[in-house]
Amino acid sequence: MDFAVVIDAAFSAALGPQAIVFALAAIGLNVHFGYTGLLNFGQAGFMAVGGFGLAVSVVTWDLPFWVGLIVAMLATIVLALVLGVPTLRLRADYLAIATIASSEILRLVLGAVEFKGTFGGSNGLTGFARTYKNLNPYGDGVDIGVVSFSKDDLWSITVGWTLVALGCVLIWTLMRSPWGRVLRSIREDEDAVRSLGKNVFAYKMQALVLGGVFGGLAGVFHVLKQASAVPTDFNTTFTFYAYAALLMGGAARVLGPVIGSILFWFLIAGLGSFFSQATGGTDPLIPASIMTDTQASLVRFIVLGLGLMLLMILRPQGIFGDRREIAIDGR
Amino acid sequence: MHLRPATLLMAILAGLILLAPVTANAATTPAPSPSAGAEAPEANPIVDGQNITVTLKDLNGGKGEPKPVPGVTLTVFKESKSGEQVGTQVTDTAGRISIAIPSNGVYYIALDPDSLPDGVELSGGESNLTITARLGGNNFATFPIGASVGESVAFSEKLTNSVVSGLKKGLIIALAALGLSLIFGTTGLTNFAHGELITFGAIITFMFNRGFGIPVIAAGALAVVVSAGFGWVQDRGLWRPLRRRGTGLIAMMIVSIGLALLMRSIFQYTFGSSTQTLSQYVAQPRTDYGLISLSDKEIAIFGISIVAIVIVCIAMMKTRLGKAMRAVSDNPALSASSGLRVDGVISSVWILGTALTGLSGVLLAINEQVNFQMGFKLLLLVFAGVTLGGLGTIWGALVGSIIIGLIVEVAPIISINGYNPVPASIKEVGALVVLILILLVRPQGILGRAQRIG
Repeated sequence: MDFAVVIDAAFSAALGPQAIVFALAAIGLNVHFGYTGLLNFGQAGFMAVGGFGLAVSVVTWDLPFWVGLIVAMLATIVLALVLGVPTLRLRADYLAIATIASSEILRLVLGAVEFKGTFGGSNGLTGFARTYKNLNPYGDGVDIGVVSFSKDDLWSITVGWTLVALGCVLIWTLMRSPWGRVLRSIREDEDAVRSLGKNVFAYKMQALVLGGVFGGLAGVFHVLKQASAVPTDFNTTFTFYAYAALLMGGAARVLGPVIGSILFWFLIAGLGSFFSQATGGTDPLIPASIMTDTQASLVRFIVLGLGLMLLMILRPQGIFGDRREIAIDGR
Repeated sequence: MHLRPATLLMAILAGLILLAPVTANAATTPAPSPSAGAEAPEANPIVDGQNITVTLKDLNGGKGEPKPVPGVTLTVFKESKSGEQVGTQVTDTAGRISIAIPSNGVYYIALDPDSLPDGVELSGGESNLTITARLGGNNFATFPIGASVGESVAFSEKLTNSVVSGLKKGLIIALAALGLSLIFGTTGLTNFAHGELITFGAIITFMFNRGFGIPVIAAGALAVVVSAGFGWVQDRGLWRPLRRRGTGLIAMMIVSIGLALLMRSIFQYTFGSSTQTLSQYVAQPRTDYGLISLSDKEIAIFGISIVAIVIVCIAMMKTRLGKAMRAVSDNPALSASSGLRVDGVISSVWILGTALTGLSGVLLAINEQVNFQMGFKLLLLVFAGVTLGGLGTIWGALVGSIIIGLIVEVAPIISINGYNPVPASIKEVGALVVLILILLVRPQGILGRAQRIG
């Protein structure tokens, strides 16, 4: 049992690229669910459109990298508009089902054999991240005991946390503005806002687009940090995990999704490393009759499921949230 | 008011037991007999039931009639070359092999190039072929020799086959959808853990069947009972306390997501990630009934699901408990003030709902195989069925599910001028698109009442 390894894994994941992907996606969900009360269960779909928007532009259409980024962002905006028109008038649970269905449609279509020529089938696309990699100024990775990052990760971390910081500043400014106040009042009482003469549908649509763009950004960052776009990465479970991260940190708070994602990955990676250590080796701490090392990798997800339930029951506002500000009572 | 939650359950069980003889008569799997040896066998008849049939013909560059190639060894593996061997055969004088397969899925066919007669070579150079078996019945594969030749099934036969498997899928979805709809109707909970309740039924069947050696039918019946008990425990242990606390519906929905993650991980922990089969009725031959051909287990699935659905529907209309359930789903406050024990009714709804869902998992396990995420994969189709018919209505869930089942199975065979709008590898997409469209056009569903949904 080597606790240094566990701590290194936990901290590296908490500060690493995967946590950034979650932070960006959760910031988007925060705009949807935390501030506006929209129950978007299709954030993985926005990510898929962003990631594949870039990958398809560069690999299949042979466009320059920067044009690909623009295509990716435009594609997420289009998805938000297309999705918003039919669903934003629906009750929260209908919206949840409609968004989850559309994200599954996207994942299935992107992974289909029949569209292999465009989207690369189940293996996805690679070879679009050269420009991104070439911009990397770092010569070598770092290892300072508690955390260790490779050269590529170091570059992704620099870019990613900068994006997260800029995103937080943007959200902070927007939510202090009159526009943000309208969003929050829509969450509290839609009809009251409508009676004040505000176009609720338009505000909801703007919120959906803004949060969707953050989702798309998360998708772009996800495919860049691993230099490949794979459809199965964008499954529904991802959306649920992002919700878990957001709720852990606290919805309707600027830093809630960020802290939540860091904590989420700290726990996931720490638990994973702990149990893999506890079951590995010649004389494991936990005998193989109770837990094999394949099973060890699942304990964290059992804890995650249980944790999400308990969090929602005992402290739905998460660490930083305010209970009065969470849209969990309506339908 | 005296409530008997067990009555409905007993009725469903009675349905199961009545139908038991049908399934019991079903013949056991004819194991694919590997006929080794270089000699070409006299004839390999096309195996009844699900099979892969390969015909080797030497086209000789298109000159003259294609000649069958006998005496070639072909082996079928599950998934890939490293997968489980399903069977091996030597082509007969008609150049044909036919090997029974347990279920739809991806199969890898390996041709032994050394066993090809002198002067015959594969034109593609590839001696391996991966095919995906999707429709029930015959799956044909072709190896290019000289030029490729394919034996295709007539469209009418494909249509009847896919309509039958669509109805079967629709009925399995309908059982789960009825459960979901009942629970949604009375509690307002959009239960994202419902897919795991399907898996629960299947895995409990597997546990009784493989673990304790109980025959599949008895194991299935026990699994339905255990599912019902699990529903009661779930309501008592989790949902009722949450209702008492006044937890909001969206919070409960997120709790159900947590429960789904928890249950799925526990299934994977205990059951493993592999796909496994029950001990009986894995690959059954099909009998021809005029237009359609069905295996005995498929007839049993049709029978059991129809009987269960009919009994539930009649019970909901006629019995006191059924009326109480409908009253609670209509207006809980009014039912409570009229002297109904709302919590008791909700408990029975959970028992009935999870029993039905467990039954759908049992039938799914018998129809296909058991996997820790089989229910999760079906969840969106169940949602689609319920939404299409109208959330919270019984008949709606039924009609919607059957339509969804049909869409899923029939859509892949539709082709317009050779263009396939819904390729078979993503056949669920059609149903999900319908789900979104119905929300756009008629959000209350086909049979739902117009109410506030926006």
